[in-house]
Amino acid sequence: MLERIEEIRAEAAAAIEGAGSSAELEELRVRYLGRKAELTSILRGIAELPQEERGQVGGGANRARKELEALLEASAGRLDASELEAKLVSDRIDVTLPGAPSRRVGHSHLISRTTRLLEDTMIGLGYHVAEGPEIEHDYYNFTALNHPPGHPARMLQDTFYVQSHPDVLLRTHTSPMQVRSMETQPPPIFVVVPGKVYRRDSDATHSPMFHQMEGLAIAEGITLADPQGTLLAMCRAIFGPDREVRLRPHFFPFTEPSVEVDVSCFQCGGTGELASGERCNLCKGQGWIEILGAGMVDPNVLGFVEQHGYDAERVQGFAFGIGVERVAMLRHGVPDLRRFFDNDVRMLEQFG
Amino acid sequence: MKVPYSWLREYCDPGMDPAQLADRLVMTGTEVERLDRIGPPSAEGFVVGKVVKCEKHPKADRLSACMVDTGDGERPIVCGAPNVATGQTVAVALPGARMPNGEKLRKAKLRGIPSEGMILAADELEIGDDHEGIMELDPELAAGTPLSEVLPLGEPVLEIEVTPNRTDCFGVHGVAREVHAITGAALAADPWAEDAPAEGEGEASDYASVTVDVPELCPRFTARVFTDVQIGPSPLWLQARLAAAGQRPINNVVDITNYVMLLTAQPLHAFDLDKVPDGALFVRTAEEGEKMTTLDDVERTFDAETVLVCDKDGPSGIAGIMGGQRSEVSEGTTRVLLEVACWNGTNILSSSRKLGLRSEASSRFEKQLHPELCMRAQRIASRLLIELCGAKMVPGTIDVAAEIPQPRRLLLRAERAEGLLGMRISQEDQKTYLERLGFEVQSTGGDLEVVVPPDRHYDVTREVDLIEEVARVHGIDEHLPTTLPAVGGAVGGLSREQRLRRRAEDALRDLGFDQAVGWSFTDPGEAERLRIPAEDPRAQPVLLANPLSEDQSAMRTTLLGSLLDIAARNVSRGAGSLALFESTRVYLTEGTGEFAGDRPAPFAEPHRFAGIAVGPLSPRSWRGGGEAADFFALKGVLEALAQQLGIELGFAPTEEPFLHPGRAAAVSVAGVPAGWLGEVHPLVCRTWDLEAAVAFELDAAPLLAAATVGDERYEDVTTFPAVYQDLAVVVPAGRPAAEVRAAVMAGGGDLLRAAEVFDLYEGEQLGEDRKSLALNLEFRADDRTLTDEEVAERREAIKAKLGEIGGALRE
Repeated sequence: MLERIEEIRAEAAAAIEGAGSSAELEELRVRYLGRKAELTSILRGIAELPQEERGQVGGGANRARKELEALLEASAGRLDASELEAKLVSDRIDVTLPGAPSRRVGHSHLISRTTRLLEDTMIGLGYHVAEGPEIEHDYYNFTALNHPPGHPARMLQDTFYVQSHPDVLLRTHTSPMQVRSMETQPPPIFVVVPGKVYRRDSDATHSPMFHQMEGLAIAEGITLADPQGTLLAMCRAIFGPDREVRLRPHFFPFTEPSVEVDVSCFQCGGTGELASGERCNLCKGQGWIEILGAGMVDPNVLGFVEQHGYDAERVQGFAFGIGVERVAMLRHGVPDLRRFFDNDVRMLEQFG
Repeated sequence: MKVPYSWLREYCDPGMDPAQLADRLVMTGTEVERLDRIGPPSAEGFVVGKVVKCEKHPKADRLSACMVDTGDGERPIVCGAPNVATGQTVAVALPGARMPNGEKLRKAKLRGIPSEGMILAADELEIGDDHEGIMELDPELAAGTPLSEVLPLGEPVLEIEVTPNRTDCFGVHGVAREVHAITGAALAADPWAEDAPAEGEGEASDYASVTVDVPELCPRFTARVFTDVQIGPSPLWLQARLAAAGQRPINNVVDITNYVMLLTAQPLHAFDLDKVPDGALFVRTAEEGEKMTTLDDVERTFDAETVLVCDKDGPSGIAGIMGGQRSEVSEGTTRVLLEVACWNGTNILSSSRKLGLRSEASSRFEKQLHPELCMRAQRIASRLLIELCGAKMVPGTIDVAAEIPQPRRLLLRAERAEGLLGMRISQEDQKTYLERLGFEVQSTGGDLEVVVPPDRHYDVTREVDLIEEVARVHGIDEHLPTTLPAVGGAVGGLSREQRLRRRAEDALRDLGFDQAVGWSFTDPGEAERLRIPAEDPRAQPVLLANPLSEDQSAMRTTLLGSLLDIAARNVSRGAGSLALFESTRVYLTEGTGEFAGDRPAPFAEPHRFAGIAVGPLSPRSWRGGGEAADFFALKGVLEALAQQLGIELGFAPTEEPFLHPGRAAAVSVAGVPAGWLGEVHPLVCRTWDLEAAVAFELDAAPLLAAATVGDERYEDVTTFPAVYQDLAVVVPAGRPAAEVRAAVMAGGGDLLRAAEVFDLYEGEQLGEDRKSLALNLEFRADDRTLTDEEVAERREAIKAKLGEIGGALRE
């Protein structure tokens, strides 16, 4: 009997080690260790053996069984790994196919992004953001900004008027909110006003609709040196930390003194010349780019809000207006104002 | 304003080159648009010549073969001008001279005859547009004299953009004073200081009379009379100056009026006195509808506000704007009446706009000139008429003047400039700058008492205006310190609404939408294209009185039109799919806008979020997808937007003229209407050449008002576990899912925290007109773990509520 057990063990062990697949292995498990297997029936029949053989045969059969079980397990592990490997190899994908597209990626409009940049810069300097009507009373757009009726300065801005409302117009600048804001809040006031403005003019450098941001700062003791610092900070935030600004005297009816503000060219570093020695095309060799208008708020404007606490002998301040499209064009190299309102998705998708 | 450099230097020579001066002007507040050079780039090779011999060219009728003495000997020159003749003194360009176009003149042979130079016509030197014939120069000039000693060659011209406050800089003399102020270079004596001798016969009033009916519109009218006038071309120096300043030379009298205007900024007008019946002029406003033909040969019709200069036969000129043909100076004129008047600027501006007629004169008058300037111009013009036209001035000036404003006196307080500017300018410097600018200044008790000159009378009216003058002359760029204002307690920031609006925009962007910025204007026909009936308020936009075009004459009442425009434009350019949104205002005639300020805005301008999708929202790929966006695709977008804002949107079936009637929802938030969502009506799509589109438009205000994002309260979801269950409900097919959900929520009571529809099934086994909805339920209590009995109880209640709407649980 013991020889038979050894025969079965040796035969089974050889078969198990030679098995080529887990299916074959399972077959061998059934054949050698299953209910109908010879080894199983030997073990089952031990009770019927003579007392003195029972120990030897039982021990031998159990040892053989355990050995085979261990062998089966080891072979199963070996075969699983190799079969998985084979399976994975056959599961190979073409990693060069495009990825599954997620949802579309949307983009903010350059005007919106630039407006936020300007707003955020001024918020950092302590300003609030106010918004005013685009269809405005002549009073706020002109009269209260020191453009009396019939004043030639009104000619500077070709204005859209509203049908059957001779005193209602599309605001030509964001400045009407200067007086509206001051009517609502006593000094000190630090506010910026972004928004759409309209002028009756249309070509590559003029759009009948465009965007501005107004700034207004009124408090005791503000001087013309303050807009210089404020606008320097703003220009550095927009155009880089190395920028300088310069103020040139100018004329605006609602500021006195008035200045135009130039920022040193960020392409040539203000030299007017590129590294190649060519004339800088951005500033046209000037080294400076005109960027906005500003000035000390005219006492006549404060006169319109005197009853709201704006006494021109006690408080003074500055205002400025900057063109959003102009900033966007300069920062991003957009050549033509009209592109902003064409909304060609191929352009929209160039900007985050 | 074009300022020829040589003319400027006659009054103030800054002793620097024009480019340097231009920089200095720019930095002190005078915008120099361009620095041009008129004529040849260099004066080299241009000389005076004498025509010694002039014969017909043997082979060409129109050419003459000349010998010209150019100082260095005689040289052959072939000339094409009809007026060339022996004995003339002429301007010659020698071989090697560079012509204004930059070309170098060379020796040539013309039809076999050598030509070593060119005899010049005025236009060839850009000192006029005369090409009828060559210029004849003063016979006194010696051959070989450099031409630049006779005529301005290569004249630099500063083109100045004059701001409307600086009427003085509409004249060369005003610019010269400015140059004097900013450089300190000497200023010549006032050119009007000396009057002309009056050697004519009688008195001006013997020849002419002026009656002014409207003194408020004509503060001053002066007239002088000249006899023995000989009309002819102006001398070349005068022609050259006018040409360089951009004026066409006409004849000596007209040229003198233009010249004096360009010098002093005060326009003048010359009448042929013999064409003015009885020499009588009347200044009055027009009759409504009155007509006249102006110098430019156009018949003009006036309203009752336009001021006319008339004679006994009717209107002879529009005051301050343009003269008439009838009494124009012409070749036969021998007696001239010279008008120099002052008009009401506002009236001139308004008339000139109404007539669509702007002239050199009106562009000056409209900015309000001072009546004092009239006599300056009379004096200079009188001297020139005598000198250049051989005229005799009749003694006396007809001067009809209303009250001439008293000189303005202003006080400039000692510390005020520094207080406003933040930079110190010594009082001595302040005084110097103001005096150079023509102000009279006296120190009184530490302050400066300043008298404003007439040509700055309307510009400098307050102390602050004086401060600006001293600041800019002192040099803002050089001296101004850079500081930041003390903002005190001011803390910057966005308002809640502005913050939320940004969040909504970012949410839409992150949901795959490209932000567009459309025109605020549209055409009045847009409403009709959107099938919006005429009585709908959206078909009644704010209209512009003076639009650039009909296409841009109405303010949009909905963002849908321009989104469709933008979508259609992109599709026509080949875009396969689009998702666009806009975040901006519409303009409504109903209601008023809520903005800061004492006066309400004229119209309501509610902020909207609108979007459109054409084609798939998720792109097509090799794995499938790419189904065109439909109602539910966009509804999902809005639900995601709602989550970003912390609001819940309600959707109810609705109809909008521009939407598919079965696929349109009214959107609400907390019961407040907030806009619409739906598939765009196929007919509207067809109008815009789009296959299909789905869109939404929401009012920002109710959305942002209801938003809870940022203000959320903590909710305990961990202490007591939730029970999740699925529920299948069979209801009549027509029963909206929202009602089913509402019934479930009602039945679930407080314990039911959420119920979301996650499946829809319609099939035969349900029976006709039935559908099955599967919902995922979440039950939870804040204070205990729910028992199976409690949940079962709620389920029964849900079942009962569903029964009320004809629904049953599918067990």
